[in-house]
Amino acid sequence: MSTDTDGEFEFDGSAIERKRLYGKVFLGLCVSAAMVGIVALIALLADVIYESWGWLTWEFLTYPPSQVAEHFDPENYGALDTGPAGMYPAIVGSIYLIVLTAVFTLFLGVGAAIYLEEYAPDSRLTRFIEANITNLAGVPSIVYGLLGLAMFVRALQTGASLIAGALTLTLLILPIVIVSSQESLRAVPDSMRQASYGTGATKWQTIRNVVLPEAVPGIMTGIILSLSRAIGETAPILMVGAAVSMFTPPDLTSPTGAFSAMPMMIFEWASQPDAAFQHIAAAGIVVLLTILLLMNAAAVLIRNKYDRRA
Amino acid sequence: MSDETGDRRTGLRSTLASVGSDRGRFAIGNLLSTNAETTGMTANSGSKAAETTAAERTTDAGADSGAEMSAADRPLGSPRVDDAIIESRDLDVFYGDTQALQGINMDIPEKQVTALIGPSGCGKSTFLRSINRMNDLIDVARVEGELHFHGKNIYDDDVDPVALRRKIGMVFQKPNPFPKSIFDNVAYGLRVQGKDDDIEEKVHQALERAALIDEVEDKLDESGLDLSGGQQQRLCIARAIATDPEVILMDEPASALDPVATSKIEDLVEELAQEYTVAIVTHNMQQAARISDKTAVFLTGGHLVEFDDTNKIFENPESDRVEDYITGKFG
Repeated sequence: MSTDTDGEFEFDGSAIERKRLYGKVFLGLCVSAAMVGIVALIALLADVIYESWGWLTWEFLTYPPSQVAEHFDPENYGALDTGPAGMYPAIVGSIYLIVLTAVFTLFLGVGAAIYLEEYAPDSRLTRFIEANITNLAGVPSIVYGLLGLAMFVRALQTGASLIAGALTLTLLILPIVIVSSQESLRAVPDSMRQASYGTGATKWQTIRNVVLPEAVPGIMTGIILSLSRAIGETAPILMVGAAVSMFTPPDLTSPTGAFSAMPMMIFEWASQPDAAFQHIAAAGIVVLLTILLLMNAAAVLIRNKYDRRA
Repeated sequence: MSDETGDRRTGLRSTLASVGSDRGRFAIGNLLSTNAETTGMTANSGSKAAETTAAERTTDAGADSGAEMSAADRPLGSPRVDDAIIESRDLDVFYGDTQALQGINMDIPEKQVTALIGPSGCGKSTFLRSINRMNDLIDVARVEGELHFHGKNIYDDDVDPVALRRKIGMVFQKPNPFPKSIFDNVAYGLRVQGKDDDIEEKVHQALERAALIDEVEDKLDESGLDLSGGQQQRLCIARAIATDPEVILMDEPASALDPVATSKIEDLVEELAQEYTVAIVTHNMQQAARISDKTAVFLTGGHLVEFDDTNKIFENPESDRVEDYITGKFG
């Protein structure tokens, strides 16, 4: 801002250099902010992998748990009457839980989103519903756990069952799925709808043939990411009453039976005083994280496959 | 300034005159043509309406047969035509509290090209979209008055807008092919309307009539989005004509295209007018002059100011405002 009276052009731009320094400092701050996330993730992964090293075996994936830490130790496998111990029922329980949740979420979430985006009039009521769905997305998961306990386990008499867990998790992720599905539907250009109506298509034909095919990749990505959140949720299934000492996997054909789930097992092991259980919990975490990262990878793949801009 | 305008006007007029004489189109105006047989829509509208559209009109052209046109809102020129397929009577359109069209009274003649011109926001697109009830899709849009298609008011309760749109196809301003193959794009209308017997032949035919077949014959299963802008628009025209509607509405179909693609679209429009009724909105007055038989001039506020034969509008309009607009003094 100096008054440059001689009218000569300053080629070295020393006045600009100061401003440029601010820019560099700002860039440095932004880069460190970004690094915090990456460093935290790497530290977490490194720690659990280090802790679980030697404990994560094929037997760990395929055998039921035990109360005794030694049963998990691969060195003792040969000497055990009961056979090795692992988290097989919890892995199966979590997968069943996610499958059921996915089915419920698909119908309820996408159905609600289609109604709100394509059919609902732009009224005060619609906006009220939409605002509340967004609010629901921010409700803590423990509250959904209590709701599931009161509504499904007690009122609907499902007991501490697979279906109660799945319904509770559905309630938990439903708002996120609705909002992300709505966004995918909204992203379908209106010109596509108009083109369809212009050729004499009905509303249903337009939604079925034009809107949904365009929106499905986005909807699927939203659902998978929500499900990978659900599979790691502990509080709701804790409230609903997932079992920690199940020795047989739950049965998908009897969804009112008891169930176990991976986060529940990890929580249980991590709260044991015996130090060996810390390694077992770490092994459980690695299994859970692997499934979770695989689900996220699937979401990314689906998005890339259908993204026409790519 | 005024000299310059005068020159431009003379220039435009002479261009128009030459266009007119070259093509020999303006004088024809196929007066007593064949519209008695095309009354598919009117099955349940009663025979009375069907009679008024065809038979009586020929004897007393311009007089008050057919649907009544109120004197107050009558635009300048000759808003009545002899072989009208679409008759707009006191048509008002509102978007919320804003009135976008003010008592539009005009006819659209069968198997001719009717151009709707006017400055931005004058309501010409709104009028076009009220012909196939696309305005129904806008929550706040409200239509009053009557719009007759084959003598039947399409805003009657018993008219299904989807059935109407199967008779009145539409081509939009920006090419909007579906992200599907070229074949599926053209087949879309046929499939949704359940006309999917001999689908290959119909698609082929539509692409041929849209003057696109030579460019896409070998790549029918490639995406319609991979075509150039002009090709995409002809694809959209093929999609609109594949189901064989009676009327094709075009909302500035060439405004997003380069001059070469534009001239192809214009040639196509003239071709289509032999089989279809075409109503085309355009910003480009030369385009309206080149391709249309009738021209409606909308000016600000949703008023239809003048409607007449295209050469009359461009050479000797009754309204001074229309003359000013056409000669480029405003708009």
